[in-house]
Amino acid sequence: MNANTLVEDAGASRRLIYAIQECLRSALSAIRAHRLRSFLTMLGVIIGVASVICVIALVQGMSSSISQQFQGLGATTLTVRAFTPQEDRLRGQINRLRDTDVEELRYRIDGISNLTPMVPAPVATASYQGNSAGGQFIGTTASLMDVQQLFPKSGRFITQSDDASRRRVVVLGEQVRKDLELPERPEGEFVQIGTEWFKVVGVMESRGELLGMNQDAFLIMPFQTALAFGTAVARPDISITFTVDDPDMVENVKQQVISVIRRAHGLEADDPDDFRVDSADTFINTFNTITGTITAVVAGIVGISLLVGGIGIMNIMLVSVTERTREIGIAKALGAPRRFIMLQFLIEAMVLAVIGGLIGMILGFGLAYAISGAIPNMPPPAVPWWAVTGACLFSMLIGMVFGILPASKAANLAPIDALRYE
Amino acid sequence: MIELRGISKVYRLGGIDYPALTDIDLTIERNEFLALIGASGSGKSTMMNILGCLDTPTSGRYRLDNEEVAGLDEEQLASVRNRKIGFVFQNFYLMPRMTALDNVAQPLIYRGIAPAIRREHARAALARVGLADRTGHRPNEMSGGQRQRVAVARALVGQPELLLADEPTGNLDSRTAREIIELFKQLHAEGQTVVIVTHDPGVAANCPRQVRLHDGRIVEDVRQ
Repeated sequence: MNANTLVEDAGASRRLIYAIQECLRSALSAIRAHRLRSFLTMLGVIIGVASVICVIALVQGMSSSISQQFQGLGATTLTVRAFTPQEDRLRGQINRLRDTDVEELRYRIDGISNLTPMVPAPVATASYQGNSAGGQFIGTTASLMDVQQLFPKSGRFITQSDDASRRRVVVLGEQVRKDLELPERPEGEFVQIGTEWFKVVGVMESRGELLGMNQDAFLIMPFQTALAFGTAVARPDISITFTVDDPDMVENVKQQVISVIRRAHGLEADDPDDFRVDSADTFINTFNTITGTITAVVAGIVGISLLVGGIGIMNIMLVSVTERTREIGIAKALGAPRRFIMLQFLIEAMVLAVIGGLIGMILGFGLAYAISGAIPNMPPPAVPWWAVTGACLFSMLIGMVFGILPASKAANLAPIDALRYE
Repeated sequence: MIELRGISKVYRLGGIDYPALTDIDLTIERNEFLALIGASGSGKSTMMNILGCLDTPTSGRYRLDNEEVAGLDEEQLASVRNRKIGFVFQNFYLMPRMTALDNVAQPLIYRGIAPAIRREHARAALARVGLADRTGHRPNEMSGGQRQRVAVARALVGQPELLLADEPTGNLDSRTAREIIELFKQLHAEGQTVVIVTHDPGVAANCPRQVRLHDGRIVEDVRQ
């Protein structure tokens, strides 16, 4: 045994590591010594973190499932729809696009492709051997496949020649096929829509559900067929979707489209637009704004509850410092510096808060999965890494902030008073 | 060597001064074995606090191992206590949740010594007090005598200039008390400077030098 090994020769950083190691050890042993009390102390943080993780997981799960649904529709996809201001609508005046608008865009705008008109079919139920099915029944053209990145599972999609000759053919969504109890490969069967018969030529891939809405309950027929079919609708509600070839030109193309349609509709300079040009981004952005706001509001509320949790920790730590006055006195008599005692209690508060945070996180995950499992059609929760790290860091911060008061109370005890404390 | 010159300590309570120690001069050579005796209220505890650097004198000079400690602040005193003083208390004052080994190693934590080296020294100190086989026990698993031995090992582990014991046998039965006194004698024989603060003449009788305090003054300083 060499006396020289007791000379303090370790470097400052090495000494700090030893000190932190020792403080962690003593913190864990103190927490273990009072399990129930430690758990109750953490409860505020546990509840706070569990609720924030749960809500964020659910909201993020929803938003990521929506983003996925829109992946095919990038920022370069624009849609022109008729738009009627509220006051006009009250007067019973409804604006519509015209089928000639499609041709206007096709011949007057450069740099766009997949020009796809869409129109709701006048009848929205189909029947087959006594079964009937409803959903979104639309007329459109072959290019919808490219715009929506949606392809037939079996059979084929609408073709240009179907459209040109107004063939009575339909492509079904998976849900409609099931509802009509058509065979797995229904090509060649005939379904009745209104009073007319249509030949099934294909079934589309399934897209699942979005916000509780089944996305496979649709039926597609050629655009011209839909316009000519039946007699009911004099001014069908046409919308036109197309993609812009050069992503940098989207805004430019949008302005051209606006001026072409305004001229086609014969609008005066001071008339408002009777249509809207939207990109798929518009919807995603709106949705992201909503989820962002929900997240921020919840984070704010939870921030307050974590603050309360922190105050709980501070409270118990103050009691704990009083209880352990003797222990602190002994440590001081043995030569513990102020900063060591300070560090010891700070780390104890932080460990309490972080353990609470971790328990809360597990609980929050569990709760989120339970909720999304219990509510039908709820997308699975997703927990982004920033929420996990954020919750950890925030609980650590809470522990640190609310540990300062008890820690400095402990560190400032005079050794003789602390030793004498009964 | 320990040298006190003109040490006074005055407590101020409610605007009235109470002198606890007045003008103490005391020199303790290296490897002395000294008993500080006196009735309660004699200033014995104050003396022990000042000798142990737990408290600072109101006036006077205190040299400990060639270092002036009277004017040091609290942090510096903590460091002096850690390096130069080993305490043994009447109530043992061990950490209840820690094993004997961890209790003994505790002072070395504050010196920034690596865990492996701390344990090595703690084990050696426990062996020195005859508890080599009790390293893993907690205080509540040991007898009073064993606890006090652990406390002595803790006091020794940092190789202090001064071993300062405050009524070390006060909570022990007479047989165990004798064993602890024998332990102090043995440590003294190995070259350790030992000061025992006690009101018990029977304990003091074991010490070659006895210093008696009365009303805050040294009234007797005898060597046998």
